Amino acid sequence: MVNIIDRRRNPQGKSLANRQRFMRRAKRQVLDAVNEASGKRRVTDMEGGEQITIPVDGLREPSFHKARGQGVREHVIPGNKEYVVGDRIPRPEEEGAGRGLGGSASGEGEDEFTFAVSRDEFLDLFFEGLELPDLVKRQIKKTYSYTQQRAGYSVSGAPSNLNIERTMRNSLSRRLALRRPKPEELRILDEEIDRLERSGADPERLRALIEERAAKRQRSRAIPYIDPVDIRYNRFTQVPNPSSQAVMFCLMDVSGSMTEEMKDLAKRFFMLLHLFLERRYRHVEVVFIRHTHIAQEVDEETFFYSRETGGTLVSPALQLMRGVIDARYAPEDWNIYGAQASDGDNTPADNPAVIHAMERTILPLCQYFAYIEVGAAQTGHMASDLWRLYERMAVGDSPLAMRRVRSRGDIFPVFRDLFTPAELRR
Amino acid sequence: MRDSATVSKGGAGEGMKKPLFTGPDWDYHDVLRVYEAIEEIALGELRLDIYPNQIEVISSEQMLDAYSAMGMPLFYKHWSFGKHFARDEMLYRKGYQGLAYEIVINSKPCISYIMEENTMTMQTLVMAHAAFGHNHFFKNNRLFREWTDADGILDYLEFAKGYIAECEERYGLTAVERVLDAAHALMTHGVHRYPRRHAKSLREERDRELERLKYEEQTYNDLWRTIPADDEGADTALLNRAGERKRRLGLPEENLLYFLEKRAPNLQHWQREILRIVRNVAQYFYPQKQTKVMNEGCATAVHYHIMRRLHEQGRLTDGSFLEFLHSHTNVVFQPDFDDPRFSGLNPYALGFAILQDLQRMALDPTEEDRRWFPEIAGGGDWTEVWQEAWRAYRDESFILQFLSPKVMRDFRFFRIHDEADAPELIVDAIHDDAGYREIRRSLAARYDLARIEPDIQVVDVDLAGDRKLILEHRVVDGVTLEERNAVAVLRHLAYLWGYGVKLYEVDPATDRVIHEYPEVGCTDPL
Repeated sequence: MVNIIDRRRNPQGKSLANRQRFMRRAKRQVLDAVNEASGKRRVTDMEGGEQITIPVDGLREPSFHKARGQGVREHVIPGNKEYVVGDRIPRPEEEGAGRGLGGSASGEGEDEFTFAVSRDEFLDLFFEGLELPDLVKRQIKKTYSYTQQRAGYSVSGAPSNLNIERTMRNSLSRRLALRRPKPEELRILDEEIDRLERSGADPERLRALIEERAAKRQRSRAIPYIDPVDIRYNRFTQVPNPSSQAVMFCLMDVSGSMTEEMKDLAKRFFMLLHLFLERRYRHVEVVFIRHTHIAQEVDEETFFYSRETGGTLVSPALQLMRGVIDARYAPEDWNIYGAQASDGDNTPADNPAVIHAMERTILPLCQYFAYIEVGAAQTGHMASDLWRLYERMAVGDSPLAMRRVRSRGDIFPVFRDLFTPAELRR
Repeated sequence: MRDSATVSKGGAGEGMKKPLFTGPDWDYHDVLRVYEAIEEIALGELRLDIYPNQIEVISSEQMLDAYSAMGMPLFYKHWSFGKHFARDEMLYRKGYQGLAYEIVINSKPCISYIMEENTMTMQTLVMAHAAFGHNHFFKNNRLFREWTDADGILDYLEFAKGYIAECEERYGLTAVERVLDAAHALMTHGVHRYPRRHAKSLREERDRELERLKYEEQTYNDLWRTIPADDEGADTALLNRAGERKRRLGLPEENLLYFLEKRAPNLQHWQREILRIVRNVAQYFYPQKQTKVMNEGCATAVHYHIMRRLHEQGRLTDGSFLEFLHSHTNVVFQPDFDDPRFSGLNPYALGFAILQDLQRMALDPTEEDRRWFPEIAGGGDWTEVWQEAWRAYRDESFILQFLSPKVMRDFRFFRIHDEADAPELIVDAIHDDAGYREIRRSLAARYDLARIEPDIQVVDVDLAGDRKLILEHRVVDGVTLEERNAVAVLRHLAYLWGYGVKLYEVDPATDRVIHEYPEVGCTDPL
């Protein structure tokens, strides 16, 4: 009578589709809320989700119901302690006790809706609409790979692609249409003839049956079980699978002139960038170059988490970037992007080398080169060495873009600003 | 919590049995063994009549999933379920709100979900509550028998889910969402409140038509043609036409979804089918809305009896029984109105109290009981009283019939008269001899859905003119509609109808229009 079933192994997330519909519906509100929330959070928190509150407009589920505070009502409520008939009670405030007394209408009065978004959803929304700039430019050059995709049926093809279901369906309908005798019919005829032959009862009928059998056998031979016209093959077409290759160079000054706070800002920017790249593009490689007075190519871990001190020379980093490009990322096959974070300090003697490296090699090779100057707000009006240097180059349609990041709160807006496609920029 | 009613049978006389389980952990065999012990009491002592049970063990994650889609194991997709899920999940994760211990579905077999986190004691409670209490109520209550099809609901939901998914594929997510949004807005007004005349089959329709033709032929008399037309005929014809029009459209009609499904001029077939699905779902849930107090009361009274009996028989350890009492007390806790935890009447508490009181009356009546409930008091067979109550009543009539002065005193009920314009509320009845009937009547009325939900009907359609749909809200006690919601719903309604919609709020006593909504066009933005 009872049936006990363990459903715990059933697929989870049955309501995922509902959630996606909900997120789609609430997109604008959620986006605003996410932007606001992201200002407050730290990049290292990216691992977790976020609790956001959105206005309930557009997410209301209206229904006809009666208004409160009108007409004549009677309420029956429990817990009488001192009241007797005829007592008058001052009308309670709308909230609090009034809620109970008012026999609240369902769901009314909610103006905000709080819920949690997962990390993926948060990032999806946060990076919404961001693109690697000018990715289109060299897309013509990108290499194609192909994938096979089903494209209906064909009458010719390799035996391994034979579609048996289709073939048999055609065969069956052809056999029915041409009235090919069924084996069953023939067997019955055989039996009948056999019986008549043995008994010798009805020679007339026997002869007729033998003729009929001959005709049917003839027909059965003439109409094949499977005819070449029945045969169908699965057809595949090759669909180009665009794969845009891009390489992103992350350059960071980790020298002594960079304070811990600046490093922290720079690190945050790159973490965000890295997250963005990993998420947005499948075929993006990232090269991490950190520099003091010498430049090193390092892995991600070292780039973000190890500490180093030294002098400040920018040109070695640019030269190393050039070297890496030459060695591994041929400009005709790769879209090249650069992002540099620095406090703007440079040894003055190094400036000519920087200009040279940038103008001659780096900028012509790059689709986009973002320079982020990090620093506390104290030097508001004094432009740094590097900033003045780059400012001269960032003119016209130079791929160089530069922004200042002063505090943690700046990072997200600057990041968005840098990577918003031009046509979407306000 | 009440600890009074003595149980007639059993008691210390029977031999103490071994406890069914001792620890909090459980496995399949424990569940099965306990189920059988419960079944023995439920069918033997309480004489419950149930659908076959299907008990499904799920995780909390799955419980949240089930929450979001009206507690059904499968349902079509809609963003509002995602919204509910997001909210429930938030509340649950933050610890503001616990999860239900179970969900039970009115289907055959009757499916109860129990959570893996529950202790064995809780599983026992949940099985007694859902798999027997609710199950019996679903199978026997008149409303459920009349309005729901426990056999077919799962298949129907399966169909609905598939159908809507197919529509989404064919006509796009947005188009389907638009229709569902509109249908959901009208869901509360998408039920038939009274049984309808049995719909005619096509054959019957045809026979009727033939019969009418024959009659016309038989009674045809050419002389009628020669009689000059009445001058006033035009006017009456017009009036008649209005009458005829209303008759043909089946007006007035309070089931708005039904009306739109059948009569909206521009809807595609699939849109009508979606309205129909939403309407059927609303109808399926309608009995549950009308029997909250009784349904929960039934399940709670059943689990209470069963758990006590198990304990008396020694099949439940004292520790388990204490754990049970702890949850049970929480479930039937009714805070006073001035308690910060107060949020209205707790249906579990009220239903349970009334049923326990009926048991007490049958076994150990007072003088008062004999006056108020002569046919129950001292009758002895309380299970029959329960069975009868569960079978034939809904919340409103149940309270009207069975709420006793004792329960009213226990709850310390009092009634407040609230006139919106008056600065003060007036206490006009309390739990005393003068007030019992008043309080009972008012409380029962609070559970009368036909009174709680605004009475809105389609009254006319301007077929000759601009096809405007005319609705009427028949205002009770001067309470009009909440305007912002009403306008939003009217927009949905206009979208489905395809032409303008106008709503009047009318005082039914005088037919005077109290409030008039501006006409809503079908292309108005939401």
